[in-house]
Amino acid sequence: MSVPAHLKAAPRAPVYAFVGNPNCGKSTLFNALTGLKQKVGNYPGVTVERKVGTAYSQHGQAMTVIDLPGAYSLAARSPDEAVTRDVLLGRRTDTQMPDRIVCIVDATNLERNLYLVHQILDLGRPVILVVNMMDLAASAGLQVRTARLEKDLGIPVIACEASRGKGVIELKLAMSRVELSLAKHRWDIPAPIAPAVAELQASLQDQDRKPPLIARAEALLLLTDQDPVRVAGSQPLSAQTSTILAGWKKRWATEGMDWSGTLVSARYDAIGKLTVDIVKRADNTVDETTSDRIDAYVTHPVWGWAILGGIMGLLFLSIFTLAEFPMNFIDSQIASLGDLVKNAMEPGDLRDLITDGAIAGVGGVVIFLPQILILFFFIGLLESTGYMARAAFIMDRLMSRVGLNGKSFIPLLSSYACAIPGIMATRTIEEPKDRLVTILVAPFMSCSARLPVYLLMIAALVPGGEVPLLTKVGLMLLMYALGTFGAFGFAWLFKKTLLRGAPPLMIMELPPYRLPRLRDVIYHMAERGWIFLKRAGTIILGISIVLWFLTAYPKAGAEATPSEQIAQSYAGMGGHALEPLIEPLGFNWEIGIGLISSFAAREVFVSAMSVVFNVEEDEENTAPLRDALRSATWTDGRPLFTPLVCLTLMIFYVFAMQCVSTVAVVKRETNSWRWPLFQIGYMTGTAWVVCLIVYQVGAALGF
Amino acid sequence: MADSVPLSSLTVGASAVIVAYPQSGPAFLRLREMGLLPGTPIALLRRAPLGDPIEIKVRGYRLTLRKTEADHVMVSTPETASS
Repeated sequence: MSVPAHLKAAPRAPVYAFVGNPNCGKSTLFNALTGLKQKVGNYPGVTVERKVGTAYSQHGQAMTVIDLPGAYSLAARSPDEAVTRDVLLGRRTDTQMPDRIVCIVDATNLERNLYLVHQILDLGRPVILVVNMMDLAASAGLQVRTARLEKDLGIPVIACEASRGKGVIELKLAMSRVELSLAKHRWDIPAPIAPAVAELQASLQDQDRKPPLIARAEALLLLTDQDPVRVAGSQPLSAQTSTILAGWKKRWATEGMDWSGTLVSARYDAIGKLTVDIVKRADNTVDETTSDRIDAYVTHPVWGWAILGGIMGLLFLSIFTLAEFPMNFIDSQIASLGDLVKNAMEPGDLRDLITDGAIAGVGGVVIFLPQILILFFFIGLLESTGYMARAAFIMDRLMSRVGLNGKSFIPLLSSYACAIPGIMATRTIEEPKDRLVTILVAPFMSCSARLPVYLLMIAALVPGGEVPLLTKVGLMLLMYALGTFGAFGFAWLFKKTLLRGAPPLMIMELPPYRLPRLRDVIYHMAERGWIFLKRAGTIILGISIVLWFLTAYPKAGAEATPSEQIAQSYAGMGGHALEPLIEPLGFNWEIGIGLISSFAAREVFVSAMSVVFNVEEDEENTAPLRDALRSATWTDGRPLFTPLVCLTLMIFYVFAMQCVSTVAVVKRETNSWRWPLFQIGYMTGTAWVVCLIVYQVGAALGF
Repeated sequence: MADSVPLSSLTVGASAVIVAYPQSGPAFLRLREMGLLPGTPIALLRRAPLGDPIEIKVRGYRLTLRKTEADHVMVSTPETASS
């Protein structure tokens, strides 16, 4: 058996790229082909998900498969699309140019899906075309003649129903072929732009050392891209090519030549000619599909809101109820692990480092996991059914008031449970500035970790006995409202100033409703959970150990009680150092220790207060701690936790950025320390200013 | 183009044919690439509960766009063509 030339030259697994429009079933096919042999990470320099898997050919040979982000066109409009474009054109130094390209198209929507394929065929690479969702096309009254398409294009065309696993074997067979013929892809570049294409192509070949066909495809792309999205990791153009490009663009601009329109029309004309014999529409084509009937309710002026509210209510209910059991379980496991180590080891600093630093730190990370997994399960479910796009459609008008679009809605809403999954969910927002604004304001949404702090403060705020339910609910609502108001206010401000940009577009496809693919949803959920544990976990662990160190050193001596220890530790010193800064807000150094400890997670404030005021911790009952807080005083005997101070402290927790896990996730999602540091600064600054006003005005009024 | 109207002015359920829209601007390039070309038939399916954005059917799929863009997309309907 002779070894094909391209394998002889490079004895490595052939690289396949999966490309297609969003919602074409690409990921389902990728999962079916690679199973659990997937590696998920980021493309260096950009936060675009990089998914690489391994599949095996008919002969058992390993094949590398890259699942490229969904794209409508190679003229990129988002970082996702830019990565797809750059990988296909071999522009990225971190990712090898694929040997073969598998294009996946949706049979129910062939023309628009073929637009991207048409651009890709320009590259002159071996292409396999997968026509997915044949079953849905058939039920919509469309007959797609894939055999005819194969004959016309001259490349393998595979009819597929990825959701039922049909066509996967056939695809594998095609991918296993040693030789793939190139497409019979002849289309004339429209005459008015042909000279420009030729000149740019020549320069790209000579100056940028591109192979001829890639050079031609690049030339076409450079000319149609009106505002090319450049992402980190992509190689820049040579000076000569840039000059030629600028020259032609200028010339056309003065002539009023619609170069991009000409090219897009030429492609659609070619596709129209191709599909006229391929797609047969049955005479009894149904006008109103199931999706239309569902949409009549889901986007209804009255029912639409009710359904949205119902789904979101269900989401929060399940987060708070379903997550409770695993969270308690993790909590008790971590505690018993800590006890185990405590009993097994000699008392000492090393033991405390392991139990109070490392184990408690890891516990603090893992405890978030159930909420994160449940949220991502729901988000995956909403996405795979097609509801996510409807929620964005309904909410767009409201979000546009602050300069964002409907896609920011779900991430912000998720942040009420926990900002971490909310921030990780911003990846569905294409426009980088809108995404950044959403990330920056998401932690204002009152998350579940603030609840224990609010509850403790409300308990301490109302003098004597039980807090009236109405006061409790009213104060809670006030805190949630303040956070929401802050988030929208700052989003508006950022869009007006710092991250000024064109008003976001809302050109979005509303995919047909589909039954969720549980397997894909669970993959997605597990992936996200793992990313959180791995990336955020390491940072959080480190900071937890630092925080432990701050409370454990310097030592107060063997006889000291925990509260004496913390009082003269570095954290205590920090509290004292902080006092001049927070005294205008009505906080003393003891509260300062609580604020510092809250960087591990906001709810740590409660346990820190227990230690500071020497109260035996009891999770079920905050009464002893509440009483301790009430009797706490300044050194001159004034009561510390006056109702006004309790309220101010709650407001501080609404606005301040205190959560290390969130900082770690923001760092990961924005790819730099700049934005998380900015976020700590502006949020905590806002908290300080607002609290100063509230406390000083309140005190002046005699509260 | 006396007989064309903005896409945003269509009534829900109405069908029309794209006539023209601006050449430049990222929004309009993307609309072209999504298959909205002069001569392409479209239908206005619905408006969002708050009146914006709108949802259209084009080439067998559903697309949303905001009124700010739809105001510039000129279409002709059977009525505008006959008048």
